[in-house]
Amino acid sequence: MKIKLRSKRVSRSLGGDIALFTILLIFAAFTALPLVLVITNAFKPLNELFIFPPRFFVRNPTLDNFKALSVVMSNSWIPFSRYIFNTLFLSIIGTAGHVIFASMAAYVLSKHRFPGRRVFFATVVLSLMFAPEVLSIPNYLIMSKIGWVDSLTALIIPAWAMSLGLFLMKQFMETMVPDSLLEAAKIDGASEWRIFWQIVMPIVKPAWLTLMILAFQRLWQMVPGQYIYSEEMKTLSYAINQIMQGGRAREGVMAAVSLLMMIVPIVIFVVNQSKVVETMGTSGIKD
Amino acid sequence: MSSTTTKITNNGFKYQIRTKLRELLEEVKANKISYLFLAPFGIIFIVFTVIPVFIAIGLSFTYYNMLETPTWIGWQNYIGLFLSDDVFLIAVKNTLVFALITGPLSYMACFFFAWLINELSPRIRSVLTLLFYAPSIAGNAFVIWTTIFSGDAYGYVNGFLLKWGFINEPIQWLLDPQWMMPVVIVVVLWMSLGTSFLVFIAGLQGIDRRLYEAGAVDGIRNRWQELFYITLPAMKPQLMFGAIISITTSFAAALKIIPLVGFPSTDYAGRTIVTHLVDYGNVRFEMGYASAIAVVLFVTMVGAQKLVQRLLRNLDS
Repeated sequence: MKIKLRSKRVSRSLGGDIALFTILLIFAAFTALPLVLVITNAFKPLNELFIFPPRFFVRNPTLDNFKALSVVMSNSWIPFSRYIFNTLFLSIIGTAGHVIFASMAAYVLSKHRFPGRRVFFATVVLSLMFAPEVLSIPNYLIMSKIGWVDSLTALIIPAWAMSLGLFLMKQFMETMVPDSLLEAAKIDGASEWRIFWQIVMPIVKPAWLTLMILAFQRLWQMVPGQYIYSEEMKTLSYAINQIMQGGRAREGVMAAVSLLMMIVPIVIFVVNQSKVVETMGTSGIKD
Repeated sequence: MSSTTTKITNNGFKYQIRTKLRELLEEVKANKISYLFLAPFGIIFIVFTVIPVFIAIGLSFTYYNMLETPTWIGWQNYIGLFLSDDVFLIAVKNTLVFALITGPLSYMACFFFAWLINELSPRIRSVLTLLFYAPSIAGNAFVIWTTIFSGDAYGYVNGFLLKWGFINEPIQWLLDPQWMMPVVIVVVLWMSLGTSFLVFIAGLQGIDRRLYEAGAVDGIRNRWQELFYITLPAMKPQLMFGAIISITTSFAAALKIIPLVGFPSTDYAGRTIVTHLVDYGNVRFEMGYASAIAVVLFVTMVGAQKLVQRLLRNLDS
């Protein structure tokens, strides 16, 4: 069975294979079980959620939790569809802007020589080294100075300049876009703008799909926190956190919501998995 | 006499600077199009990432409550932090313990599991990649751990331990300071196979197969020799990048503690520098003090990064 799983190599012993395979199975169980629990809990009736000893799988699946969720939704202050709209709007505009601006910047950073490009890229790498939470106070002050507090702009615009996306895109372009192709296009009289859209962007399709996934995941789960206080500007994750404040009494509803929230990023990843792995292959940092 | 020479060299110096500046300006002009491409990302990045670092450093030397203008108080915030804020010292200790455990563990787990699944057939490999990566993108799903480790008998861990007679009464996993950190570390490890994991999978797939064949000819006998003499050196660029991401994530993961152990947590056992920052910045509005916390956190994170980069660089020589 295992021989079928992989190509045979001299450096492999059967004992080692069995040991490593066992570790893999144990770890797979560790990652999968909580996710499976989210799914089964979402379909458990109340009497199965609170039972001693606790039962892992659902016996009599029901849609009660999803119905309860829609009751909670319709009782909220503002129509629940508003939260969904906000999150979708934020995720789509934020992702689109990020992919375009990060690619434009990555293009010149990887293919043009101009003063300041090294310093700029070094700063971007440095910004990967700390969590953005460090900047929450000055960012709030800047937002309130510009007057973006309490609007989705405060969440969208900074997302356009996420440094991880620029980093991945620049490394990918450096390896994947041949200079000779760009020179040939230049000799033919193509403008930089045209070169960027018609030559570079089609070649780096795997990378922009990756950037889309990373940006979308982050925006989809974004809790507006300090920037937004009007209820009608808040996002889905915020609404869900509110539902969760209900504590264990809303156990089943919580599982139902988690299930709905996690399906979207996971499905998007499944569809683009190979592209993401291809992009990550060029991401290394050389001395 | 001497004054005239200095004047001349001074003039010469000024002249040099001026020509340098003129050259630079011309070069900038010649590359106008490059700057235009960089501008949208560059401006946003500078306004919301670069400038805030300097604002935070500046504010950390002031008293500022958002209502009055900041007043300069020198090093007082820092002195207060390290000398009279007991909770901060707990937070620093927790953060370091947390980062020192989850950082290396999650980094090694990312590599180890990427390495293990790299040997499997493409189909099984992509299923396992999805399975291992899923927790890191599943959003709020990690809250399921509050059910698993719930403090009553309905919690899964308590339920099974009670049923099998290991314990006589339920353990308050998320309230008991003794258990809080271990539980949180388990949860963070559960969701730690994120970007670095994908980077390693990609790096492993990019290694030239012929290297392994050559290695077998040169007398490599088992998988561990192969790992240390071929795989790890070939993956150095990915390992460096993965380290950066893992360290940042392990510090930021501290934010995820809040929903699990409640805020504030019992005896501050779940308090980290990040939660301390949130407390002073978003709850008490002591912005100067919170900025000092942010600066300490910033220095700690970047310092840890530089240290690890140096370690990794020295590793192969």
